[in-house]
Amino acid sequence: MNESDQIEKTPLFDEHVAAGGRMVEFAGFELPVQYTSLVEEHQAVRNRAGLFDVSHMGEIVIRGPAAFEFVQLVSCNDHSKMTVGRAQYTGLMYPEGTFVDDILVHKMADDEYLLVVNAANRRKDFAYLSDLAQDHDGVEIVDLSNDYAQIALQGPLAAEVLQPLTPQDLSAIKYYRFVTAEVAGAPALVARTGYTGEDGFEVYVAPSAAPGIWRAILDEGRPKGVQPAGLGARDTLRFEAGMSLYGNDIDETTTPLEAGLGWIVKLGKGDFIGRDVLERQKEEGVERLLVGFEMVDRGIARHGYPVMLDADAGEPIGEVTSGTQSPTLGKALGMAYLPIEATGVGTEFFVEIRNRSARARVVELPFYSRKKSEKAI
Amino acid sequence: MSLPAELLYGRSHEWIRVEGDAVVIGITNYAQDQLGEVVYVELPEVGTGVATGEELGTLESVKAVSEFLAPVGGEVIGVNERLEDEPNLVNEDPYGAGWLVKISGSAEGEDFLDAEAYQQFLEQESG
Repeated sequence: MNESDQIEKTPLFDEHVAAGGRMVEFAGFELPVQYTSLVEEHQAVRNRAGLFDVSHMGEIVIRGPAAFEFVQLVSCNDHSKMTVGRAQYTGLMYPEGTFVDDILVHKMADDEYLLVVNAANRRKDFAYLSDLAQDHDGVEIVDLSNDYAQIALQGPLAAEVLQPLTPQDLSAIKYYRFVTAEVAGAPALVARTGYTGEDGFEVYVAPSAAPGIWRAILDEGRPKGVQPAGLGARDTLRFEAGMSLYGNDIDETTTPLEAGLGWIVKLGKGDFIGRDVLERQKEEGVERLLVGFEMVDRGIARHGYPVMLDADAGEPIGEVTSGTQSPTLGKALGMAYLPIEATGVGTEFFVEIRNRSARARVVELPFYSRKKSEKAI
Repeated sequence: MSLPAELLYGRSHEWIRVEGDAVVIGITNYAQDQLGEVVYVELPEVGTGVATGEELGTLESVKAVSEFLAPVGGEVIGVNERLEDEPNLVNEDPYGAGWLVKISGSAEGEDFLDAEAYQQFLEQESG
C-alpha cells in the first residue's frame, strides 16, 4: 500500500468521534458526514453558524522572485491587482482551458502565494505545478498540506462567536481578505472566505492547535446555537449557493466559461495556460453551459442521472452534475450541462429517474443567496 | 426507541405487522436513523405484484437514495399516501404513521426475527 492509498485522520478526528460524528471516507480522509442531522446542521449554518473541519483541503505554496509571474501563468484569473492579505478564487488551467482544479489564491507576500486546493486534487496539483516550475527560474513549489489544519466557522453569527477568541478586530477583515492573528491563543491565518453562501471565516492553524481552537469556538458558540456540521451539510450549502464542486460540476473536461464562471477568466491580463481555448470560446460562445434547474415532476435528480431534451427521445444529452432536495428552499434542485440553445430560464427538459422521464425546468443560479434573502426580509 | 413486541423484523431492517391475510410493512428505527431525514418516498402502485426480496420502492434522504425490498411476496393492497407530503413520518414514527406498504400475503415460511432477536442482531451488527 502506498501513501496515497492510506486513509488519513485529521487532527480533529477524536473530536468528531466524541461528538457522535458518522465517519466516512472522503478524498482519502476520515471525516464526519453528519453529527446529529444533515438538515439540522444545514439550517444551523443558514440561521446561526456551523463549525466544519476542512483540514483535508490542501495547502500549496508558490514562492520566489518569479512567484507572481508563475501564478499568472497557471491561473485564469488576474492576480495583478491583489495586495498582500487578499484572497481570490480561480481555476488552475490545463492547456485545453479546462480545470486542473478550482482553488483559492492567498497573497502572503509579493513573492509568496498560498493556494488552497481540493483534497482529492492535492497530489495532482502539486505534481502539475512542480513539473511546470522546472522550466521556470525563481519559483519554488512546496506542499504544506500537512502543516495546516483548517476550521471553517460559517453563518450569520460567525463574527460574533469568533470575536471573543481573538484580539484581531474581525470587522476589519472584509470579504475575501485575510490576516494573521491569534485565535484561542494560537497563531492562525484568519480568512473571511467560505463555501456555504454565508458570511464566515476559514481559520488555518498548526495541526496541534486545532483541537483547542475547535473546542474554544464550540464553547463560545453553543449557547448561541452553533454546532459542528459535517460533509453532508457542506455539500448542500455550497450547492444551494451555486458553488461548483470539483469532480461533480467541473473537472478536467470542462472550462470556466462552460461552467458559468466567466468572471474568473481575465483575458486582458496577458498570456496564460489555456488562454487560446478560452479566448475562442469567449468569441464564438460556448456550446454547452452549466445551468441550475428545479424538478417540475416528482422526484429528486441526483449526480450522474441522464438528462434528455425530450421525454422519450433516446440519447441522453448529458448528466446531472449535482442534485438534491434543497433543505432551505424545500425543492428538488439540480445542476447540469445543457446545449446552449436549451439554457434559457424556463426551458424544460427531462431527467431520467429510475427509468422514468421526469420534467425539469431551468432556473437562475445561485438557487440561494443571502443578499436575496435579506432583501426578501 | 424500544422495539414494539408485536412486530416481526427482517435482517435488512424492515418490520412487518400481520393483519389477518395481509401484512403492513415499514422500516425500523435503526434503518431510518441510518438513512437520515427522509425527503422523498416512492411507493408502488396498488395492485402491483411482488415477490419476496423484490424492490418495493425507494426512500431518499437529502444525501442518499435507498431501495426497500419486499419482505414478503404478494399483491400491494395499500400504500401510505400521507408520505407523499409528509415523508418525514418515516423518521418521526417509523412503527406507526410512517408505515410504507400493505401487501396481501403471508409471513409464513419467511425468516423473521422477533423483537428480542432483532435487538441482538442490531447489537452484533454495530459491535
